[in-house]
Amino acid sequence: MKYTTQKVAYWFFLSALGLLALQIIYGFIMGFAHMGMDVLHDFIPFNTARAVHTNLLVCWLLLGFMGSAYYIIPEESQNELYSPKLAYIQLISFLAVGVTAIIAYHFNWWEGRKFLEIPRPLDYLVVVNVLAFLFNILMTLFKGKRQTTTALVLTMGLLFSALLYLPGMIWFDSQTLDSFYRWYVVHLWVEGVWELIMGGILAFLLIKITGVDREVIEKWLYVIVGLTFLSGILGTGHHFYYIGAPSYWLWIGGIFSALEPLAFLAMALFALNMYRKGEKKHPNKTALNWTLGAAITSFVGAGLLGAAHTLPNVNLYTHGTLVTAMHGHMAFWGAYAMIVLAIIAYAMPNITGRKLFNNGISQYAFWLSNIGMIGMTVAFGVAGVAQVYLERILGVDFMETQKEIEPHFLVLVLCASGFTAGVTLYIINFFKFGKPTDEALVAAS
Amino acid sequence: MLTKSQAKIFFLAGTIIFSVLFLGLSYDTHVNKHDEQTNADKITPEVVAGKHLWEANNCMGCHTIFGEGAYYAPELTKVIERRGAPYVKGVLMSPTPWGEYTSGRKMVAYGFSEKEANELIAYFEWIGKVDLNGFPAKPKYEIKKTK
Repeated sequence: MKYTTQKVAYWFFLSALGLLALQIIYGFIMGFAHMGMDVLHDFIPFNTARAVHTNLLVCWLLLGFMGSAYYIIPEESQNELYSPKLAYIQLISFLAVGVTAIIAYHFNWWEGRKFLEIPRPLDYLVVVNVLAFLFNILMTLFKGKRQTTTALVLTMGLLFSALLYLPGMIWFDSQTLDSFYRWYVVHLWVEGVWELIMGGILAFLLIKITGVDREVIEKWLYVIVGLTFLSGILGTGHHFYYIGAPSYWLWIGGIFSALEPLAFLAMALFALNMYRKGEKKHPNKTALNWTLGAAITSFVGAGLLGAAHTLPNVNLYTHGTLVTAMHGHMAFWGAYAMIVLAIIAYAMPNITGRKLFNNGISQYAFWLSNIGMIGMTVAFGVAGVAQVYLERILGVDFMETQKEIEPHFLVLVLCASGFTAGVTLYIINFFKFGKPTDEALVAAS
Repeated sequence: MLTKSQAKIFFLAGTIIFSVLFLGLSYDTHVNKHDEQTNADKITPEVVAGKHLWEANNCMGCHTIFGEGAYYAPELTKVIERRGAPYVKGVLMSPTPWGEYTSGRKMVAYGFSEKEANELIAYFEWIGKVDLNGFPAKPKYEIKKTK
C-alpha cells in the first residue's frame, strides 16, 4: 500500500541532497587549506569551513532521517501522514534555521563547541522544529492501523535523538564537564540512537527488497539494536579518557568500545543473510546496492576503523589527530549517508512513478562515490599515522609535522574529486525521476 | 531458537541496565570526582571569561584542547608550559594573521585586548593543570633537525 502523503518525503530528500552538495564544497576548502593553500582565509577561515562542513552533515542527515520517517511511517502504520502541512512548515523552518546558522558562522556568531556550534537562540528553534516533527510522526503512528517493530525502532531513535540534544545545551564553567555532556549528545547520537534510525530504515528496506518475512527481520533488528546499546552506552567512555574524567573510564570505555564493532558486524551479516534468504527479486538493484553497501561500509568505517584506535594505550597517541578524521569520514558515510541514499533510491521510483531502477548513472554514482570515499579514508589514514609517529612518538613540532604530511592532502583532494563525481551523478539521477505525483502513489497502492 | 519476544526483552533489558550504569558512573564522575581531578576551586571568574572567549570565537574549529577540536592548528592543552604566557599573549593580541609568513597556515587576527588575552591565558593555565590521565603523552624519542 502507498499513501499520497508519502510524497512529502521528496522535498526532504531534495533539501538533504542540496545540503550534501554544499557540504562537499566546504570540504574542498578545508582540503586545500591543509595543503597550504588557505586562499579563502579572509572570507572563510578554516574554523568557519569546518563548522559549516560538519553542521551541514548533521543537517542533511537529519533531513534525510525525517524524509525517511515521512515515507516509512505512513506505509508501516497504514495511515496517511497526520499533517502534511505541518511537515512542509517544519521543513521550511528547519532550512531557515540551518541557513541562518551557516551564514552566522561566516560572521563569527557561534557557540564554538565541536559539532554543536549552532548559536544558542537557534538551538531553541531546532528544539521546537524537532518537536513539531515528532508530534506529526507520533500522531500518524497513534492513529495508524498497526504499530510495527520497524516503525517503533525508527521512532524511538528519532525521539531519543531529540531528548539527547538537551544535555548539550547546558552551560558549564568547567571545560571537563562541558566536554563530558557534549558527548552525551554527539556519541549517544552517532553510536547510539542514530543506529536505531539506521536499523529501522535498514529493516524497512530489507523487508521490501528481499521479501523475507517481517517477523524474522524484526527479530534480528531487536538483537542488533540491543547489541548497539549494550556496547555503545558505556562505550561513550572512550571520549572520557583524556578530558579530566576519572581513570576508570579507561577500563570501561576500552572494554565496551572494543565491543562496539559487534553491533555493526551483526548488522552487516544480518543484511547479507536476509539478501541471501530472500526469494523476491526486487527490480530496484540500485536501492539494494546502497542498502547492502551501507551495512558493509558501516562495519568497516564505524566498526573496524573505530576499534583500530579505541583502546586507551593506542588512543593516548592518536587522540586529537587525523586518525580520527579517517574513522569519522567512513563511519558517517557508511552508517548514515549511505542508508539515507538507499532509502531515497528505493522511494523515488515509487513516489514519482518513473521506474528508472538500474541505469548507468546510478551504477556509476554508487561505485565512484564509494571508491572515492575509500581513497579519502586511506589518505586521511596515512596522514594520521604519519602525524602520530612524527608528532606524538618522535616529538616533532605540530606545524612542522603538518608541513611533512601535506602531500597526503593532494591525494585526499584527488579522491574527493572522484567521490564528488559520484555524488553529482546521484543528484543528476535524482532529478531524472521528476517530481512526485498522487497518481503514481495511488497506482502503486 | 531465539524468539522475537526474547529478542525484545534482550533489547529492553540491556538498554535499561546499561543506561542506569552509565548514569550512575556519570553521577560519580560529576559529583564525587570532578572537583578534585580538575582543581575546580581554581576556576576563577577570569578562567570562565576565557572559556566564553574560547567558545565565542570557535577556537576549537582549528585547535584542539584536551585533544578535542579540529586538527588544523596546534593542541593547546599544555600551551603555556610549552610556549610561555608572553608568547601566547603576543599571538592573541596580534593585529595581523599569526603564522602567515612561517607556516603557510594563518590564524584569524582576533586582535584581543590585553584583558581578553589575560582571560584566555588564565583559561589555558587552568586547562594545563587538569589531571588528564597521562595526556598528552611525552614523546618516546628525541630527534634533532638536520636541515
